Amino acid sequence: MEKQKKFSIQHFFMNYALYIIMLIMIVIIGMMSPKFFSFRVIRDILMQSSTRIIVAMGCMYILVSGAADLSGGRTVGLAAVVAGSLAQKSDYYIKFWPNLPEMPLIVPVIAAVLIGLIVGLMNGFTTAKLKVPSFLATLAVMMIAYGANQLYCNKPPNNSQPLGGFLKSFSNLGTGSFLSVPYIIYIAIGVCSFQHLLLTRTCLGREIFACGSNQEAARVSGINVYKIQMITFALAGACYGLAGCLEAARTGSATSGYGNSYEMDAIASCIVGGCSMTGGVGTVFGTFFGVLIFNIINYGLTFIGLSSYWQWVVKGLIIIIAVSFDMRKFSKEE
Amino acid sequence: MKDSEYVLEMKNISKSFPGVKALDQVDFYVEPGSVHALMGENGAGKSTLMKCAFGMYHPDEGEIFINGLPVQLTNPREALDHGIAMIHQELQSIRTRSAMENVWVGRIPYRKAFGVHWVDDKKLYQDTKALMDDLGINVDPYAKAGDLSASQCQMLEIARAVSYNARIIIMDEPTSSLTEAETNLLFHIIRKLTAKGVAIIYISHKIDEILEIAQNVTIMRDGKIVGTWPAADLNTDLIVKRMVGREMSNRFPEKKHRPAEEVCLEIRHFTSAGSRGFRDINLSVRRSEIFGIGGLVGAQRTELVESIFGLRAISEGEILINGKSVIVKSPEHAIQNSIALLTEDRRKSGIFPRFSVLENIVIAKQSADTSVYKKGIFLDNQKRAADAARFAEAFSIKTPSLKTEIRFLSGGNQQKVVLARWMLIDPNILILDEPTRGIDVGAKYEIYSLMEKMASEGKTIIMISSEMPELLGMSDRIAVMCEGHLSGILEGEKATEENVMYLASSYKNAEKVLN
Repeated sequence: MEKQKKFSIQHFFMNYALYIIMLIMIVIIGMMSPKFFSFRVIRDILMQSSTRIIVAMGCMYILVSGAADLSGGRTVGLAAVVAGSLAQKSDYYIKFWPNLPEMPLIVPVIAAVLIGLIVGLMNGFTTAKLKVPSFLATLAVMMIAYGANQLYCNKPPNNSQPLGGFLKSFSNLGTGSFLSVPYIIYIAIGVCSFQHLLLTRTCLGREIFACGSNQEAARVSGINVYKIQMITFALAGACYGLAGCLEAARTGSATSGYGNSYEMDAIASCIVGGCSMTGGVGTVFGTFFGVLIFNIINYGLTFIGLSSYWQWVVKGLIIIIAVSFDMRKFSKEE
Repeated sequence: MKDSEYVLEMKNISKSFPGVKALDQVDFYVEPGSVHALMGENGAGKSTLMKCAFGMYHPDEGEIFINGLPVQLTNPREALDHGIAMIHQELQSIRTRSAMENVWVGRIPYRKAFGVHWVDDKKLYQDTKALMDDLGINVDPYAKAGDLSASQCQMLEIARAVSYNARIIIMDEPTSSLTEAETNLLFHIIRKLTAKGVAIIYISHKIDEILEIAQNVTIMRDGKIVGTWPAADLNTDLIVKRMVGREMSNRFPEKKHRPAEEVCLEIRHFTSAGSRGFRDINLSVRRSEIFGIGGLVGAQRTELVESIFGLRAISEGEILINGKSVIVKSPEHAIQNSIALLTEDRRKSGIFPRFSVLENIVIAKQSADTSVYKKGIFLDNQKRAADAARFAEAFSIKTPSLKTEIRFLSGGNQQKVVLARWMLIDPNILILDEPTRGIDVGAKYEIYSLMEKMASEGKTIIMISSEMPELLGMSDRIAVMCEGHLSGILEGEKATEENVMYLASSYKNAEKVLN
């Protein structure tokens, strides 16, 4: 009886390590600076997290399907620049497309998502059709996307300067709010809900998990693995594209350097949130909190006056702690 | 130092794995300078015994003596130090490195200068050259191992074994990938080695070869030694009889199904796209029939059925289902044509380990026909659970709940889950590749009963099995394959263990047992 109880406490700690860490951090930061528990702070953290959440969601499709994706960050950058270039005021002094009329909001958004989709399909084609291992395929596509971005930005009259002078409607998408909650938080939650339903409640979702869990068995069971890989990369690309567009709208600017290293943060968030690098495991809730935990550190450490350089050390430690707990949990069950 | 007439003595060796007694008080003695053949059916314990001799396994009890001195072998390195080398069935050369590096890997000669060990290329080459000339091996030491033929790689392995000054060389099915000319070359080298006093332990299923090269033959069965005889006292019939010689007990359900006349599945001129694959296979299987496929490991049986299921490419051939030609290029096509395949390796291509029992049961049906389990755009979880529960019940799958992850179930129950997955799509043709491998006797009987039931319901069952009693006990007819060829089809009184073994070891003189 005694033993049983002890075991379950241990089990509880292992299962909810991520949430416990998050709670402890919030409590510590809150004790040092009680103002941390304010609506404004929570809103700021969520707002900063929202584009990261969308990138992490895209990355999660790939990890769950058993592949890796390094192209996320640069796709965000490319989409941000393309969206920005289509959302400028007509009187801006270095308008990217000088003869382009002012576009309705939907145009830059669709263009960004399309760009992401194209990059995603390139990833999918290289991985699924050309059989290049996904790590390398997406590394190569990431380079191509970054190169394309720089070439695009260098077009006169822009000549690689940051894009600015966005239309009010576009900026409003990133900074405006409804009931004091920014639009982008609604959008991020919308993306999460969509993905949660897709992964848990649809046939396609089951097949994505199946491919990641045991690709050979999936093939034998009559699942079209090629199709699934194309779909996951396309979905991921669309997420990156959307995130890029929102990032430009939120910051009111866009350069080819946008999105740099977002893919690594996204992978780290997914892993800390319980995704497996070998595929077939992961939840939207886990990934969501994985992103939040990193952003709380980011914000919280600055909030209590610590050098923001510390965040890197803390982030690294959290990855190690979360994953080692997960490994122990897994080996126990085996 | 004590003298012994044997170079290797293994006394009273026992070794158990969970659920199986792989070796049961085995005694095995090898004379120096001789070729000692070790024979037995798949799973008789030959490889396990040799892995004990090579230090890869530790016997639960028993002693090993080399040249009369007791030794404790805890890893292959120690075995090598004691003069025992092993050439594995799957060759393990480093394909991107040169032949000479492969021979001396781990012991590359070096020169020391400025406190650094520099590779001594000249000595490496000379040592390799001398070694190969001595053995009569004709391989360029500079050639990349990946560019060498299977036989040349084999020669490299032998050179490596000799380079350790091995007094005992274990060869596990050395000729399984060699042509006849290459085999003769191997025999030439083996004779050279034995003339120098090296003992060779030679594991093979090929009886003709053994009668040619071996001086002594030890036959194993079910983890025990049947006996050791001088090869001169043996012939093919005697060897087969001694390898088989076990009683059939009542381990199978009563046969109730009766094969129909009509042919359900026919394959014509099936030839693998791979260069070493099966060749020109013609088969027709009837409705309500349990059709067995027998043969030794490497006979290309799995490759054949995986090609029928669309997992592997063929270069030639045709599949007819109920007389109509169909094209099967992927498992999806096969499933559309009502073919199901239970694969050989449950872990590798059967179960989704982190999926629940429920998900594992419904996955094939759900992908085959996305409309069955749909309620609006979402999955109909109630219907899925109902189907899974019905099949778990029908297959008496023992699991705490349908939500339990499948990896927590026993092997037999996992197998029943995968079988249930296929029965859920209600196939007309069910191919089972080693359906009872690695599961206990009780679960085996349940799987046999299920097969019997399916055949009675008019399904066509094709079963690959390496277990002789199962093959004979369950099949209406047995096709036997050997080295990618169909040796023959045995039926009725002809379906005996001796005939199956005979056809499995040779396809050339099949008429003898077929007529």
